[in-house]
Amino acid sequence: MKRKAKVFRPTAFSFPYLAVTVVFVIVPLILVLVYAFRGSDGSFTFDNFGKVFTNKETLIQLGKTVGIATLSTAVCLAIAYPVAYILASAPFNKMAILSLMFIIPMWINFMLRIFALQSVLSAMGVGNGYFAAVVGMVYDFFPYMLLPIYTVLLNMDKSYVEASKDLGANGVTTFFKVTLPLSVPGVISGVSMMFMPIFSSYAITKMMGDTSTTVIGAKIANLFEYQSYGNYGYGSALSFVLLVIVLLVMVLGRFLTNRTQKAPKGGKAV
Amino acid sequence: MKPFLKKKTDKTPVAPTQTPTKKNGDNIIEIKGVTKVFDNVTVLDDLSLGIKRGQFVTLLGPSGCGKTTLLRCIAGFESPTSGEIYIEGVPMTSIPSYKRPVNTVFQKYALFPHLNVFKNVAYGLKLKKLPDASKKSGYRKYTKAEITEKVNRALNLVGLADYGYRDVNSLSGGQQQRVAIARAIVCEPKVLLLDEPLGALDLKMRKEMQIELKKMHENLGITFIFVTHDQEEALSMSDVVVVMNDGVIQQIAQPKKIYDEPSNAFVADFIGESNIFSGVMEKDFCVNFLGKSVECVDKGFEKNERVDVVVRPEDIVLTKGEGQFVGEVLSTVFKGTYYEMEVLSDGYEFTVQSQNEARPGTTVSMLIRPDSIHIMKKILTINKYLGEVTGENEVTFCEGSFKIPTEGFETGDEVVVYVPFNAIELTDDEEDGVIGANVTQSLYKGTYYQVQVFTDSDDDFYIDTADEWDMDDRVGIKIDGGKVRLEKYDPEKEEKDEAQG
Repeated sequence: MKRKAKVFRPTAFSFPYLAVTVVFVIVPLILVLVYAFRGSDGSFTFDNFGKVFTNKETLIQLGKTVGIATLSTAVCLAIAYPVAYILASAPFNKMAILSLMFIIPMWINFMLRIFALQSVLSAMGVGNGYFAAVVGMVYDFFPYMLLPIYTVLLNMDKSYVEASKDLGANGVTTFFKVTLPLSVPGVISGVSMMFMPIFSSYAITKMMGDTSTTVIGAKIANLFEYQSYGNYGYGSALSFVLLVIVLLVMVLGRFLTNRTQKAPKGGKAV
Repeated sequence: MKPFLKKKTDKTPVAPTQTPTKKNGDNIIEIKGVTKVFDNVTVLDDLSLGIKRGQFVTLLGPSGCGKTTLLRCIAGFESPTSGEIYIEGVPMTSIPSYKRPVNTVFQKYALFPHLNVFKNVAYGLKLKKLPDASKKSGYRKYTKAEITEKVNRALNLVGLADYGYRDVNSLSGGQQQRVAIARAIVCEPKVLLLDEPLGALDLKMRKEMQIELKKMHENLGITFIFVTHDQEEALSMSDVVVVMNDGVIQQIAQPKKIYDEPSNAFVADFIGESNIFSGVMEKDFCVNFLGKSVECVDKGFEKNERVDVVVRPEDIVLTKGEGQFVGEVLSTVFKGTYYEMEVLSDGYEFTVQSQNEARPGTTVSMLIRPDSIHIMKKILTINKYLGEVTGENEVTFCEGSFKIPTEGFETGDEVVVYVPFNAIELTDDEEDGVIGANVTQSLYKGTYYQVQVFTDSDDDFYIDTADEWDMDDRVGIKIDGGKVRLEKYDPEKEEKDEAQG
C-alpha cells in the first residue's frame, strides 16, 4: 500500500499567528471571564454583574459614554462625508495629495496630536471640558472616518450617476437615490472604526475633558489600577458588558451593510 | 497655420451619393460641426450628421474613433468643445442630460445594485413629470398603478415578466442586458442610445440579442443609435451605418452599400476582408494594377488617375487557366463553410475565399470579374504642409527643420511643401528622425504598405514603405529633401484649391 508522503502544508504558516492569538487574546479573555464570575473570596458568583446593573453611578457613566461616542461620531460623519464627496469628485479626484493631507496626521503619535490640539484650544480660550473632548475625538478619528467613505465614493462606478441622470434625475435626486445608498458600506465602516475605539478608550476624554466626560473606560482602568476603588472581579464584569455592547454594534453594522448591498428578495415593490 | 493644415489632411470624402441632410425636416437628430477635444486630443473633428426619425443607425469604427464620445455628446454626458447637436430642432447645449428626450443602454448596463429589477425599471417613471393642466404645478406624476402596469409591460417585452422582485446581481449578463433595455425604453424616449450593449455577452447570446433588438426596433418605432466596433453586428442590424475613424465620418450608407462600395481604403479594410491594390485608371472601364490591365465597371476618372482598387476575397474565383492572375498557394485554412487561402502572385499575397480547396504549393489561376472590382479615389496622393524657409537649404514645417534645397526662395518665405509618399523614411528609433510620430494606420497595397502616422505637431503623414509598421508604434520621420517640391504660399490660390477639393 502506498502512503502519502508527509508534506509541509501552507496552513502551517498560520500556526505562529494562532499561537500568539491564543496566548495574548484568547487566554486573557478567558481570564477576564473567570474574574468576572469570581467573588472576592474566590467562589463562583453573579455579584459582579449584579453590581454593574444596579450601581446607578456605573449606569450613568455607561450612558454618558454612549452619548459622547455617538455625538463625536455623528459630528465627525457630518464633516467627513462632504469632504470625502468633494475629494472623490472631479477635479480633486486627480489630486492624490489632497486626500493624503487628511490622512498624514494618522502617522503622528496620537498623544502628540492631542497635546498639540490641547495647546491650540487653550490658546483660543477653550479649556478642558465636554466641548474640548468632543473636538479632540472628532479631530483624532477624522481620517478613520474619511478614508472608507472616500474610498467607496472614489471607486463607485460613475455610470450609476450617469444612468440616474439619463433616466431623468437631477443632481440632488441622484445623490439621495443613488450615490448615498451606494456609499452606505463606507459610512458603516467609518462609523464602526470610530465608535468602537471611542467607546472603550479613555485617554482623550481624560486629557481633554473634565469630570463631566469621565467614561466607562476610565472607571475600568481605575478598578484595575487602584485596589481602593474596587476589585478585579467588578472590573472584569464591566469590561465584559462593554465587549458585548461593542459586539452588538458590530453585528448591527454588518446587518445594515448586507441590507444595502443586496436588494431584498420577494416582498412588495413600489 | 493650423486650420490650413487641418483641413487638408482631415478632409475625407463622404460618399457623395448619400447626403443624409438633404431635407432636415425628417431628421430627429441633427449634428452640426461638432468638435470634441480631450486634453489636447481631438476626438471628434468638425463632425456633421443627420439621423432620420425611426431609423436604426449604427456608429461603427475601431476603438478610439470617437463613436462612443459622439453618443455621450448626444446623451449629454459630454458637451462638445464646439458645434451644436439638435434633437427635434432644439439645440441641446444648455439642456442637461436629465432633461433630454433620449435614454441610454450602457455598455456595462449600470443597473443600480441597491434596487431590485422592478425598482430599476421604475426609476425613470417615478421621476417623470406629465403635463396636467388641472394641477396647480401644471404637471402630475405617474400613479403607482400606472407605473406597475408600464414596468410589467416593459419587462414582458424583454422576456423577463416574472423577474420583477429579483436582485439584479443574481441575473446573468444577458438578463441584466434585458433589464437595462427595459429600463431605458419604459421611459418612452424619442431616441434610444445603445453603447456597445452586446459587447459583454458571449457569441450565441449576442446573436440572439441582435435579432431581438432588431425586432424591438420594429415594434417600438423609435430611433435607435447603436455604437459598436463589430462590423458584422453593424451590417446585420442597421438601416444606416456610419463608419468613423479618427473622429471623422468615413462613410454613411446602407449596410450593403458599405460592403459593396466602400468609399475609401479605410472602410474597405475595416469592413470585411479586402485585397487593396494601388492602381491607375487607364480609361473608363479599365484599370491597371499589378502590371495588368483589367476590365472593371467604373468610369468617370481622369486618365491615368491613381486609384485604390479593392477586391473582396470571396469575389476571386479560382479557375484552371482563365484568370487574369496566376499564383502559388502559400497556405489554406478551413473556416467552417469556406477555405481561406493566401496566394502569392507578382509579389502580392492575395487573400482568397473559396468553397474549393487548393493545396499549398499548387499553382492556381485567379479570375476577377469586372463587377467585383471596386475603384476608389485615393484620399490624397501627396502630403502637403505649410512651412517657412528658415535658412539656406532648410525648411521648417510640422515643428521640424528639414534639409530641402531652397533655390529660388529666400529665408523667411512662406512656402507650401509637397512631400511625396515615397520621400519619407520612418525610423525605428525616434531620435534618428527629425520629428516624432505615432503610427495610426497601416494598409497593405499590393507591393507595399501605406502607413499613416500622426506627428506630435498634430499633422498626418502618409508614407509608402516596404516595411510593415504596427499601430501605435513610436517612429521618427526623415525626409529625402531631393524629392520634395516647394511652392510659394499664395493664400488666394489655396482657397480656390480648398473649394475644389
